[in-house]
Amino acid sequence: MFKKILVANRGEIAVRVIRACKELGIRSVAVHSEVDKDTLHVRLADEHLCIGPPDPALSYRNIPNILSAAEITACDAIHPGYGFLAENAHFAEVCESIGIKFIGPTSENIGTMGDKAKARDIMSRHGLPVLPGSEGEITSEQEAAEVAAKIGYPVIIKASAGGGGRGMRVVNKEDELAHAFEAARAEANAAFGNQSVYVERYFLEPRHIEVQILADERGRTIYLGERDCSVQRRYQKLIEETPSPAVDDRLRRELGRVAVEAAQAVRYRNAGTVEFLLDKERRFYFMEMNTRIQVEHPITEEVTGIDLVKEQIRIATGQPLSWKQQDVKMIGHSIECRINAECPDTFAPCAGLITRCQMPGGPGVRVDTAIEPGSEITPHYDSLIAKLIVHGLTREEALARMRRALDECVVEGIKTTIPLHRRILDDPDFQKGRFSTAFLERFSSPPPAG
Amino acid sequence: MRREGTGVPSPPVEVSVPVSAAGLAVAPTDAPTAEPSTEGLVTVRSPIVGTFYRSASPYADVYVEEGSYVKKGQVLCIVEAMKLMNEIESDIDGRVAKILMENAKPVEYGEPLFLIEPGAQPEG
Repeated sequence: MFKKILVANRGEIAVRVIRACKELGIRSVAVHSEVDKDTLHVRLADEHLCIGPPDPALSYRNIPNILSAAEITACDAIHPGYGFLAENAHFAEVCESIGIKFIGPTSENIGTMGDKAKARDIMSRHGLPVLPGSEGEITSEQEAAEVAAKIGYPVIIKASAGGGGRGMRVVNKEDELAHAFEAARAEANAAFGNQSVYVERYFLEPRHIEVQILADERGRTIYLGERDCSVQRRYQKLIEETPSPAVDDRLRRELGRVAVEAAQAVRYRNAGTVEFLLDKERRFYFMEMNTRIQVEHPITEEVTGIDLVKEQIRIATGQPLSWKQQDVKMIGHSIECRINAECPDTFAPCAGLITRCQMPGGPGVRVDTAIEPGSEITPHYDSLIAKLIVHGLTREEALARMRRALDECVVEGIKTTIPLHRRILDDPDFQKGRFSTAFLERFSSPPPAG
Repeated sequence: MRREGTGVPSPPVEVSVPVSAAGLAVAPTDAPTAEPSTEGLVTVRSPIVGTFYRSASPYADVYVEEGSYVKKGQVLCIVEAMKLMNEIESDIDGRVAKILMENAKPVEYGEPLFLIEPGAQPEG
């Protein structure tokens, strides 16, 4: 087992990883930027050091300072959390080369899956269901038009290096294609420094279903059920739940089998998530694989009882998986609401000082957060401030718990998504489990221009 | 969250009262406990994370001592990070009033290393 782990992140996920370290008897080192000096993850860790100014490019994404911090504190492993350096193949590679274990997949896994067009191609060649679309990258408008004509409109143009909804353009008919192709390429180039794009069939009201997998260093791979992340706006997830109201046991086993095959196709290691799109006829298609622990991982932990972060650490030490597939049992229903520091109507980030903060508790309620009264939400980082997670024996019980937890939850001084969550929980379609990725459109005012 | 003097990105040299090093240091017991009088002095801070060395090698003379007069651009110390020796230079002419860090100790970003009395000139 590792002796000391550097946690290369901040906020709730840094706290989450430090908690896992404590339970495993491993010392933890927190790193922080100048503005995060007095935050929870810094206080909870055994050691801490400042790695740079507030700008994340100079602190949480500053590879030399983070590796140097690991070296001077004699850490034998680094947990990247999510975001920042979590899916940076170069960082994982440098860690490997200097003998510091990167707790996550191999740099090769990250590189392969980070190129969405390539990943799609590999899955297709392994006979896994992918969305109808281009074979790899497309380089000209004419090529895009040919693919679109073949698979039928509407289509979506996506950045190969993409994520978070950037570098994506939906094209409804052929005369929109030229503009969309150029726009997607320009946006991809601006956001990722890579203008490579690919084309896929666009489904109007699909569900976003993802499958959690774990693979040990010997390649033994299991799946831990699905998460329904259809409630999203502008491709940012807001509410996740497991099991999905749209997935029955048979479909779950099928999704799980395909997710495990996808992971094995690239000799995947550690925790990962295979994302699928589920259409109205309940056909599913591989979209991409996320090579990190995900924000919404707690709902899987709640229903399986498996601590994914501790399992990541155990796997990274070379231990075999603690569970066989048949030992994984999903009990009850879990839902997560992401509390973001943002205006609930326009989704504009809202920075400021948290004057009052009272988190819910009681049966079946878990809160993963790093905020407290007096915390200052700065504009430098992600707007996620807390994750409200509930677990109930049934979906109805989980929904009632989430409503109760949202009512107990008080955050003052900044605007949050709490009021929006209350409205969603009151929506009859949501209560019945009838929603798609288009669901949230009815709750939002038009996004600000640009 | 925000603490005085840390809200803006620190250049290697800034005029400020250094925050208590004890709350920051990787090995807090090694940090100076007595807060020196810093009025009118310039704090030289570490621009990177690494290990602080007062000389170029274990056998070389130290770059500066307390009381040394330094010129702008003169090397004060080395902060080693990932086997790279990063020379930290003085941004001003002056006299080294205080060396705040022990040789071969780990330093974090923004850690105060030296206090410089600006403009001081050797007599005669």
